Amino acid sequence: MSILDYLFSGNRKSAKIARERLQIILAHEHSGRSRTPDYLPAMKQEIMAVIAKYIEIDQDQIRVNLDRQENYEVLELNIILPEPKS
Amino acid sequence: MAKVIVVTSGKGGVGKTTTSANFATGLALNGHRTAVLDFDVGLRNLDLIMGCERRVVYDFVNVINREATLKQALIKDKQCPNLFVLPASQTRDKDALHVEGVEAVIEELKKDFEYIVCDSPAGIEKGAMMALYFADEALIVTNPEISSVRDSDRILGILAAKSRRAEMGIEPVKEHLLITRYSPKRAESGEMLTVQDIKEILNIPLIGVIPESEAILQASNSGIPAIHKGESDVAQAYSDIVRRFLGEELPLRFVHRQKGGLFKRLFGGA
Repeated sequence: MSILDYLFSGNRKSAKIARERLQIILAHEHSGRSRTPDYLPAMKQEIMAVIAKYIEIDQDQIRVNLDRQENYEVLELNIILPEPKS
Repeated sequence: MAKVIVVTSGKGGVGKTTTSANFATGLALNGHRTAVLDFDVGLRNLDLIMGCERRVVYDFVNVINREATLKQALIKDKQCPNLFVLPASQTRDKDALHVEGVEAVIEELKKDFEYIVCDSPAGIEKGAMMALYFADEALIVTNPEISSVRDSDRILGILAAKSRRAEMGIEPVKEHLLITRYSPKRAESGEMLTVQDIKEILNIPLIGVIPESEAILQASNSGIPAIHKGESDVAQAYSDIVRRFLGEELPLRFVHRQKGGLFKRLFGGA
């Protein structure tokens, strides 16, 4: 930025204010959001690895869901096993 | 395997439809058979931006309700023979789009197309939810403006929780940040959030930046997506985005202020 820009730009700090306001409001909104726990993807990978040791299975055939009820959480694991080959 | 890409933002007026039109056209220009779908039921506009408004006979909702076949409703683009538009319905019935209906249309399109681009309406109502539900990848269109960045953040949360991929617990929707209406000059003088600011706040990979330009209005006035005007910076920026999406690595352009002396400013060009 040239010195002239600096002298003549009256709103030069507004982007900085915008950035700070955004960071604060988004941090606040994220804290209120019920998000899936951080360990869920890793846990899913490990469960899949165990299953894959015994059964040949497509990744799409496994669903992991975490549901929040009023004061407890339900971890639902849904695995569609392939048709046995005859 | 066909890919479904949603163009979404939360906030209105940031350039979703313009981006959908240019991105889909760019994919087609790169030789990919592409369909672009307007999910803005009641406020159809993609047809105008694509310049096919007078050729609309049937629409998305007609196909869902089996009043027309997909083949009858798809409009072939005038410029690109491998690009097709599915216009939104002008009905005021907000339940016209539903998961089963949209799924049937998308599954049928997948048999015939490589890319299916879903132009989302603004907001987080039914149309927007339907547009993002089946997505494999998402272009998050964001202006360098606080309300737009906040709404993009909100949409990212929805993609991570309410998309089909999220519900099935499979690999999440791949997100791409696409910044539009960017003014390098204003960003460099501290009046506008910079590309870096937005990237840091939203924390998703950047696919490209579209500079603020008169070419956008000219393109929508004439109904020919800007990407066809190869000499304009907007056309080049959109074309870079498409090529990056297809796997090329290209340096970012149009994010720094045009350098050049008085001579160049006076005689140098547009």
